[in-house]
Amino acid sequence: MKLLTGNDLKTGFVTWWTGADWSLHIEDAADVGEQGEAILAAEEGARRVNAPYIIAGEMTPDGPRPAHIKDRIRALGPTVRPDLTLKPADPNAGDWVI
Amino acid sequence: MYKYDEYDHAMVAARVAEFSDQVRRRLAGEITEDQFKPLRLMNGLYLQLHAYMLRVAVPYGTLDSRQMRMLAHIARKYDRDYGHFTTRQNIQYNWIKLEDAPAILEDLASVEMHAIQTSGNCIRNISSDQWAGAAADEITDPRPWAELLRQWSSFHPEFSYLPRKFKIAVIAADEDRAAMRLHDIGIQIVEKDGQHGAAFYVGGGMGRTPMIAPLIKDFVPLEDMLSYAEACLRVYNRYGRRDNIYKARIKILIHELGADEYRRQVEEEWAHVKSLGIDPPKAEFDRIAAQFAPPALDASAPDEIDRSDPDFAVWVDQNVAKHKMPGHAIVNISLKPVGGIPGDASSAQIDLMADLAEKYSHDELRVTHAQNIVLPHVRKADLYAIWQALDAAGLATPNLDLISDIIACPGLDYCSLANARSIPVAQKIAARFSDLGRQKELGELKLKISGCINACGHHHAGHIGILGVDRKGTENYQLLLGGSGAEDVSLGTITGPGFDEDGIVDAIERVTDKYLAERAEGERFVDTYRRVGMAPFKEAIYG
Repeated sequence: MKLLTGNDLKTGFVTWWTGADWSLHIEDAADVGEQGEAILAAEEGARRVNAPYIIAGEMTPDGPRPAHIKDRIRALGPTVRPDLTLKPADPNAGDWVI
Repeated sequence: MYKYDEYDHAMVAARVAEFSDQVRRRLAGEITEDQFKPLRLMNGLYLQLHAYMLRVAVPYGTLDSRQMRMLAHIARKYDRDYGHFTTRQNIQYNWIKLEDAPAILEDLASVEMHAIQTSGNCIRNISSDQWAGAAADEITDPRPWAELLRQWSSFHPEFSYLPRKFKIAVIAADEDRAAMRLHDIGIQIVEKDGQHGAAFYVGGGMGRTPMIAPLIKDFVPLEDMLSYAEACLRVYNRYGRRDNIYKARIKILIHELGADEYRRQVEEEWAHVKSLGIDPPKAEFDRIAAQFAPPALDASAPDEIDRSDPDFAVWVDQNVAKHKMPGHAIVNISLKPVGGIPGDASSAQIDLMADLAEKYSHDELRVTHAQNIVLPHVRKADLYAIWQALDAAGLATPNLDLISDIIACPGLDYCSLANARSIPVAQKIAARFSDLGRQKELGELKLKISGCINACGHHHAGHIGILGVDRKGTENYQLLLGGSGAEDVSLGTITGPGFDEDGIVDAIERVTDKYLAERAEGERFVDTYRRVGMAPFKEAIYG
């Protein structure tokens, strides 16, 4: 699967294309398939998200996951500060990242 | 400490107003990211993995308690309650919102700080000896010269679009505590025939192509320092490569020209530049230098230290250095607790260090390139009270220059350029060697980790260096031995094939075990390595 990601213009936070909008949560990410480049171009024009780009991903029982370690870390947060990730209360939240 | 004059205030205020408008236009969608990116970078605002990152300049690593408290305030109000002190003696905030950036810059300006020229192809923050003004071995305080260079390089119209970024360090002692020869220009203030002058080392650097700066001129009269620096930059600006980012640093130009030819061209240019009158009048330098006058230290302060508390005594032995004034000492605060993140400090810790500086260190602090903090002017009689306060805040780790005093870049946990994580490796090494007795048995051992070839973690200059790379999508770590950023400067050599995260920790333990088996009386790790060479270590690592 292919995922579209970028950083939110106002906050800089990592964000994922859901098919209709952007979400901070990788679980909401949609497979952009062959439409990725067109969505990317449209979203660049909308100027809501910085430097959007398309990455490879895979669907798992827990939801979509980026293929590359850099984007997996982007999806969760710094591995050395679980308290700063999107799921600070879940000690196993980062099991899939590394 | 230098205090802004009306020109400094006006320049910074104008830049804050200008950038605030640029942010407004970006948020309103009036300009694209491609248009905005060079503008935000000129103001130290990067976009990293998780958010915007703001890099704040700490000129030559010197700041007062008011400024330090402002750094804590920014961490608390605009970030996530911590900051990261860097190998360029700066501080970075990892979770900045674009809409907050103008307010942060206004807050910084209120305490005479900014983020200008902490990015981009310009002259970056001037770095210096963190013990400047206090060190027993310096011939003068190098900071007035660093400040002069700061003023000269700030918004320098000719050097705002260099082929590549440009880093300058100034020291004034034979012991190099600033990695001076690994800068684009390293200046050492030296004495000759009773006069002080500047030795210029040009063309050093780490990164993809590490090089040690050759000596280009052994003695430039101090009153000519700026014009000589200008000539060095002019030759680079004219001939440095702009067609290939990997060959754009001045070290490549000098390597290709040869030091002799570069020196000849600089001399030729200098003859012209000197006629332009850019060197400041003595009165202006004296105005700057007067602001770095030594604090009023009590020469009769007692020189003895009550070492009856054994934990305190251990800390004194490791983290307290000799001051030029009897009865005083330099306190080095380690930001490397076992399990911590090298260089990180919470807002509460930053506030505490500010309080201690105000109460005990004539209101001065320093940021070190090794990502620690210094209280430069402390009475020995106050050391115990300082240690107690630091210890209560988790800031009294007695590991300065030991194996757990690790320099580490943010790595793949934060940095968009990184290929591998640095911090978890640093944490595992620190945990493996957590026994202080074992660390002290190993002695001075500078371990430095970078998460990519850009070498922000100075891995080339580590007695033991680690470089994180991406090997087919997984993190891999190369091991280097024999580097040094000090006066015995050298570049590390890669041992061989790399390791995974646990493997690199095991490899380091095999290296240190081999060192203990091989070392002669009084040898540091790097001394033994230089004497016996790579082969025994390679055998120990790979069998």
